[in-house]
Amino acid sequence: MMADVTEARVPAFARGTRLQRDQVRDQWVIQAPERAFLADPVAAEVLQRVDGETSLGVMIDGLATAFEAPREVIARDVLAMVGDLADRQVLVWKA
Amino acid sequence: MEGVSSSPSPPPMSLLAELTHRCPLQCPYCSNPLALEPKTGELSTEDWFRVLDEAAALGVLQVHFSGGEPMARKDLPDLVRRAVRNGLYTNLITSGVLMDAASLERLSAAGLDHVQLSFQDVDEDGAALIGGMKGAQAKKIEAARLVVADGMPLTLNFVVHRLNVERIPRMFDLAEALGARRVEIAHTQYYGWGLKNRAALLPTRAQLEQSERDVAVARERFGTRMAIDFVTPDYYADEPKPCMGGWGQRFVNITPVGRVLPCHAAETISGVVFPSVREAALGTIWNDSEIFRMFRGTDWMPEPCRSCDRKEIDWGGCRCQALALTGRAEAADPVCRRTAGRAVVDAALRESDKTFAYRSYGCERLSSADTSDGST
Ligand code: SF4
Ligand code: SF4
Repeated sequence: MMADVTEARVPAFARGTRLQRDQVRDQWVIQAPERAFLADPVAAEVLQRVDGETSLGVMIDGLATAFEAPREVIARDVLAMVGDLADRQVLVWKA
Repeated sequence: MEGVSSSPSPPPMSLLAELTHRCPLQCPYCSNPLALEPKTGELSTEDWFRVLDEAAALGVLQVHFSGGEPMARKDLPDLVRRAVRNGLYTNLITSGVLMDAASLERLSAAGLDHVQLSFQDVDEDGAALIGGMKGAQAKKIEAARLVVADGMPLTLNFVVHRLNVERIPRMFDLAEALGARRVEIAHTQYYGWGLKNRAALLPTRAQLEQSERDVAVARERFGTRMAIDFVTPDYYADEPKPCMGGWGQRFVNITPVGRVLPCHAAETISGVVFPSVREAALGTIWNDSEIFRMFRGTDWMPEPCRSCDRKEIDWGGCRCQALALTGRAEAADPVCRRTAGRAVVDAALRESDKTFAYRSYGCERLSSADTSDGST
């Protein structure tokens, strides 16, 4: 499954999962069936760009600019993280 | 009170909202208390609105609407909508027997996030034996179909015990056929109704081991396609199961009449006042009430827990199980082999009685099985 993750793909949150700001604890959480996971700051940056329309490539461009980091490092991390969340049914593919 | 923790508590993550004890089914392992609340005492819609607002402000992230059968409350879609407006993740824990296309549509429109549907068995006869309701299985299957057709994630929950544990492989087949995203296979917990019927429900060791193999096979077969939760019966373990993240640390439970409890079984504890949302704000109850502070953290622990390296892993096990089996809520959970109380658990494993008491509003249907629970 991970092999399918290319920059052309467009992730979206699966029905019943979402990224949410936890105001009380001042953190981001992923809400999912029967559990809430803590989203670390990097995951939160990536997942805030998941809207069901933006491709991974465009997300990576945006992150590389925002964090002034080498694009290939960002690309590797984002593809791995998004692939993992798709495996765990948090994200699905729109394209 | 001596030994009560004074450390500040983190806010709760999760609210179990028991909307009603009314239910068309009569499962003999129901987690509701033995004394069921009648409809007349239930919190009003306005009360629940306030509770949901307070829960979100306090830090609750997920609300589980439960019962009894929560769909017996006509205002359920309004409660879901209120929770959603507060940013709460909404989960419906239902038997499915009151669900039809129109009622699911109302819940979906209100923003319901997830449904957990309980099954008593894989086929009609086994399900009717446990649930005590003819035709329930067909209604549940229809409910699952409706939820999946709506696109909402679905969890199937199977409580397993001596009479159905051998059908775990077929439970996974059913879950797959219905399109469930998650499956919970939970061995019966022996408090309340389950304890009363323990002699008829407790699986044998061979059955337990087979269930572990069956679940391992299913994990292999489904990989990440299906999330699988497996709850083992702790009687066969050497150490107790952790009290869910520790008493008064993550979970808050509200009963149909508004009593606020650290866990669904806490009302069995005597000599303490159970605070009510009718009288105080949820945050005040969570932070300051005696029942929440009583077993919070580790300061309250007697030996052997106090000096045990597992005390922040299992939190001394289940307070309600300690109370039910040893008569003392502050004792170590008697499942633990490091305590003398373990003898009562070993004695239970030797039981073999097969009659059981159906959950019901009166006591008239309780059979003689209730003399064997050691709670006298
Ligand atoms: S006291 Fe027992 S029943 Fe209550 S939350 Fe802890 S483990 Fe669960
Ligand atoms: S002694 Fe107490 S803390 Fe240690 S394993 Fe037993 S129940 Fe858990």
